[in-house]
Amino acid sequence: MAQTAEAPVAPPPRADERVGRKSPMARMLARPEAGAIAGAIVIYVFFFIIAPPFRNASSFSSVLYVTSTYGLMATPVALLMIGGEFDLSAGVAVISSALCASLFSYEFTTNAWVGVLVALALSLLIGFLNGWIVVKTGIPSFLVTLGTFFMLQGINIALTQTITNQVSSPDISTLQGFNSAREVFSASWTIGGVNIRTSVVYWIVFVIIATWILLRTHIGNWIFSVGGNPASARAVGVPVGRMKIGLFMAVGFMAWFTGMHTLFLFNTIQSGQGIGNEFVYIIAAVVGGCLLTGGYGSAVGAAIGALIFGMVNQGIVYAGWNPDWFQFFVGALLLGAILLNTYIRRRAEASI
Amino acid sequence: MSTPQETPAGKHHAPPEVPQAGNGRSGVPLVRLVNAGKRYGAVIALHDINMEVGAGEVTCVLGDNGAGKSTLIKIIGGLHQPSSGTYEVEGTPVHFSSPREALERGIATVYQDLAVVALMPVWRNFFLGNEVRKRGRMDIPAMKKMCKDELLAMGIDLRDVEQPIGTLSGGERQCVAISRAVHFGAKVLILDEPTAALGVKQSGVVLKYIVQARERGLGVIFITHNPHHAYPVGDRFLLLNRGASIGNYEKSQVTRDELTGLMAGGTELEQLSHELESAGGAVADLGRSMEADVEELGISHQPSTTTTTTTESDAR
Repeated sequence: MAQTAEAPVAPPPRADERVGRKSPMARMLARPEAGAIAGAIVIYVFFFIIAPPFRNASSFSSVLYVTSTYGLMATPVALLMIGGEFDLSAGVAVISSALCASLFSYEFTTNAWVGVLVALALSLLIGFLNGWIVVKTGIPSFLVTLGTFFMLQGINIALTQTITNQVSSPDISTLQGFNSAREVFSASWTIGGVNIRTSVVYWIVFVIIATWILLRTHIGNWIFSVGGNPASARAVGVPVGRMKIGLFMAVGFMAWFTGMHTLFLFNTIQSGQGIGNEFVYIIAAVVGGCLLTGGYGSAVGAAIGALIFGMVNQGIVYAGWNPDWFQFFVGALLLGAILLNTYIRRRAEASI
Repeated sequence: MSTPQETPAGKHHAPPEVPQAGNGRSGVPLVRLVNAGKRYGAVIALHDINMEVGAGEVTCVLGDNGAGKSTLIKIIGGLHQPSSGTYEVEGTPVHFSSPREALERGIATVYQDLAVVALMPVWRNFFLGNEVRKRGRMDIPAMKKMCKDELLAMGIDLRDVEQPIGTLSGGERQCVAISRAVHFGAKVLILDEPTAALGVKQSGVVLKYIVQARERGLGVIFITHNPHHAYPVGDRFLLLNRGASIGNYEKSQVTRDELTGLMAGGTELEQLSHELESAGGAVADLGRSMEADVEELGISHQPSTTTTTTTESDAR
């Protein structure tokens, strides 16, 4: 590069001729989501061949639905990972939020919407506390959120047991405001014989918003910088602590949203649910190209990661296999994705 | 030690093809320290330092580890206040309480490793914290163009500002950090050991940008422990040892070899070589060869005009 810096002989023409050396293929491979796209195609073709029911439009709509339940959370989890932090409490926080809304409005016999708003406050508070402890103490978020993960899990089961004497929350479908809340969080339409749930639409909308924030706003620039090199970001005036707390609260917000979707779909919530989902979200983000060390990744990648999960989850059923194989697939996917991503990133960097 | 030399070339060796070279040399210095000192409790980190840098000038601060270089730049950069003496910016005394205040007066510090976020594209790094916004979002085409133009003005011709800055060489990364400081209104650049971690060629690239920044009328404070890097680009040289100034020279007053000799601490080395010689055996050989080196390094006042011309050809 030293030679290029020596003396620009003539001012370069508008399009620099050296840019053309990078083929469209190399450009594509350099994107963070490249590995996930390749993986999604392979998985799709695989189940398309071995599981005939997988080919129907209606089964693909159920794949999309399962995908959206993972994808709603994978989106903020990916942003948080780009910002350099983890949230292991994300899976049970969804259930905490749903239980809070359900128990509050049932026990105090309020409008369902009151419970929804109380749950929103709780979820944002959990996110804030996670972020605040991480920022103030400098303890790795892995440990902080591991702590809150177990605390929330305990509260979920113990409080539900204490209040209702059962392991699940009561049915709230008779409450005032339930129907309108269901319309907002868990509606579905049938278009051309295919059932589409609103959660799919919400998921796509949130992925678009997250991508826009990441790539088109200064907030996105700051998210990349706090994950990539916090000291450098601080030196140029980026509010590193506030950004990280904000990202944890974004995870809290989506945990609330996903929790409300689950609650108003099933009317009742099992208090022990959600455990293990935090890993699904993180794996979706990693499969989608997020670096564990932060500073790199994309929301679209996490969405494709979630889609891979949705396809495997449903594909196993359509193929008539024992659903217990799902866990095995999850692990194999993670390992495969990491190997593929590492390989692609090395190649992309070499070809720059 | 050295007597002022008659140098026919006058001040220095600015390339003739740049017309604005060395403009604004006259007038008040941008930054001036008078008898400045710094104590940390009982420890005297720095005492009685006088230095100045004017527009279109490079002042080099040379010194070994622990000489007080970092304390000095922390004072100038606004991180610390001097505990004695005065600090003037453009003729008026100042008391900075944070680096941000210094930055507002146009004094920017470029640290060696705090400079950039490696995984982010060049243009995102360039505007980080100062993004150009248009109706709530970033004006990306304008930012990319400004980044490319600004780097080109500094002589860095990148083929793509979208590439991660980590793919640039260490020297180029320093240069992007420097041109960023210039773009956002710096009048005085403090460069903290910008060539310390770089190879020979890379260092050359950075030295060239220091010259370029000077030609754009900036004052540059260049911290280094390498006289071979300092001499070609510097107009003034401040030598520090154990918190005190051991010399403050204009370029015309000192040769590179004398600078090297001062840096190496001539007398100390001589003493060390005698001690080694008295130890006998292979160590004594080492001592003798060291003594020869010391003699070569400007303790033996050789005619300096010839050496000056060779160093200048080296510099390019």
